[in-house]
Amino acid sequence: MTINPLALDRRTRTMMVILGCLILFSAIFLGAWLYGEQGQVTNLALRKLPPGWDQPFGTDWLGRDMFARTIKGLRISLEIGLAAATCSAVIALLLGLAAATMGRIVDVAVTWLCDVGMATPHLVLLILISFACGGGAKGVIIAVAASHWPALTRVIRAEVMQLRTSDYIKLSHRLGKSPAWIARHHFLPHVVPQFLVGLLLLFPHAILHAAGLTFLGFGMSPHTPEIGTLLAESMRYLTTGMWWLAVAPGLALVLSAMTFDVLGNNVRALLDPKTLRE
Amino acid sequence: MITQFLLVKTFRLILLIAAVATLSFVLVSSSPVDPVDAYVGAAMLRISPDQREVIAKRWGLDRPPVERFGRWAGQMATGNFGVSTIFNEPVLSVIGKRFITSFWLMALAWSLSGALGFGLGLIAGAREDTLLDRSIRLYAYTMASTPTFWVGMILLMIFSVSLGWTPVCCAWPPGLSAEQATLWQRLHHLLLPAITLSLIGIAQITLHTREKTIEALRSDYSIFARAQGESTIGIVFRRALRNVALPAVTLQFASLGELFGGAVLAEQVFAYPGLGRTTVEAGIRGDIPLLLGIVLFSTIFVFTGNFMADLIYHLVDPRLRKATGAIS
Repeated sequence: MTINPLALDRRTRTMMVILGCLILFSAIFLGAWLYGEQGQVTNLALRKLPPGWDQPFGTDWLGRDMFARTIKGLRISLEIGLAAATCSAVIALLLGLAAATMGRIVDVAVTWLCDVGMATPHLVLLILISFACGGGAKGVIIAVAASHWPALTRVIRAEVMQLRTSDYIKLSHRLGKSPAWIARHHFLPHVVPQFLVGLLLLFPHAILHAAGLTFLGFGMSPHTPEIGTLLAESMRYLTTGMWWLAVAPGLALVLSAMTFDVLGNNVRALLDPKTLRE
Repeated sequence: MITQFLLVKTFRLILLIAAVATLSFVLVSSSPVDPVDAYVGAAMLRISPDQREVIAKRWGLDRPPVERFGRWAGQMATGNFGVSTIFNEPVLSVIGKRFITSFWLMALAWSLSGALGFGLGLIAGAREDTLLDRSIRLYAYTMASTPTFWVGMILLMIFSVSLGWTPVCCAWPPGLSAEQATLWQRLHHLLLPAITLSLIGIAQITLHTREKTIEALRSDYSIFARAQGESTIGIVFRRALRNVALPAVTLQFASLGELFGGAVLAEQVFAYPGLGRTTVEAGIRGDIPLLLGIVLFSTIFVFTGNFMADLIYHLVDPRLRKATGAIS
């Protein structure tokens, strides 16, 4: 096997992927900010234009630039994703740690909570919570944030459980270290990578679920176009052949979700000592 | 042993339903959406405060939540799920009718994605790191990040709007009832939503089968078979297949929750009058009895999937069958 002198090792490649993702996301935020009000401006002279040089994603039935609307929609999606994934990951971290360290009863309770949380189809649960919050943007964020923790909780719990039975933790106990000291110096360094990767991998789920929920008509007014709302609106114009209203925003959503997926998987490879040097 | 297994599972189901019912009741009661407003809807201006009070009293809304919950739970236990406010029909009959419509959609999508996903996974695993494997993996990863409803919209635009091969909406031709439509018409309307669901559903099972196939091909028994001169195809079909099939079947049964969620989105795109669309309507128009009924029904649906997965594992896997007391 010949070795390509230009081939980068995994570490450098991962770093470049991470850098690329960060640039992409800052571009979305910067773009949304630069476009300002432009996504809302109606221009009836430029109605229903297919994609072209001046408007890369075309214009809608009111002459609004779809590119500006997509970028702003993506920004809202990313914000919801960020808020929801962070909330869920923190809940998962706390519950997972509690289950693994605070005795049998807490463990049974947390495991049971996870089972209950995963008992209904995710989307039905999202609809239920969104309804309980009275809909609106708040409802969407709370629904997505409050429903993504069970899987990660299980992962963190299993991780800490496994650590607890390892020799060096037992040794640390024998040496007279307090549980808090052990948690801080031995558990935390192990759990933080899991937590970060879990957080990143929750992101695409959160974004897609939020888009699905707004697509179904829960939350988000038409004035703050989230990607799901954009796509729901474009449904009405599909039969008239305005394909660009649906294709471009959807593609943008898929690409953002995939970017987070790639980012999460690369960070996992980088943080895991087993795959770090591959 | 099988009776013990069933007993434990039934007990678990009852506990789970009790927990889900309590939680969803608390959630629904804390909603700021006023059930009377939701019921009255557009007629809100034409209705006097007295009439509102009559409705509220008839529904028991003047009672404290704990008492309401007690009465509701009691009724649920006897199988009375209440009356849906948007359909003006008992909740159970609404769910029953709509579920049958959804069932065919989900069954078709489920079998399609299972068969295709398993096949693709086997191929990808057997041809690890070839171009074929890479393309299958890329497809699966892309689909894992693609929203179901968007795939539905793209298919709708291509096959219904541009090519005109498939209908734009509904489960049967407009103007006909479900009974009047022929089997062919039903299938014709079912095709595109089902394909949408399977295109997405393939992703998980493909990636999982691929991993398991690679694992099986690296096992001692595969290496031994290869040393005896067996070809890769021979190893895959005669050695690996059985070991890979079992976890795949389990996974496919355990994915019923995802399938249900996908059906909600796909039915919305294709205006397919199944249980998924009913869920959305119940949520948006504040039909609380129906929403609670669907939450509990879908919980049982998901539980059944997981139960089937466990059962098949125990019945098929000789390692578990022989181990005494393994069934629990």
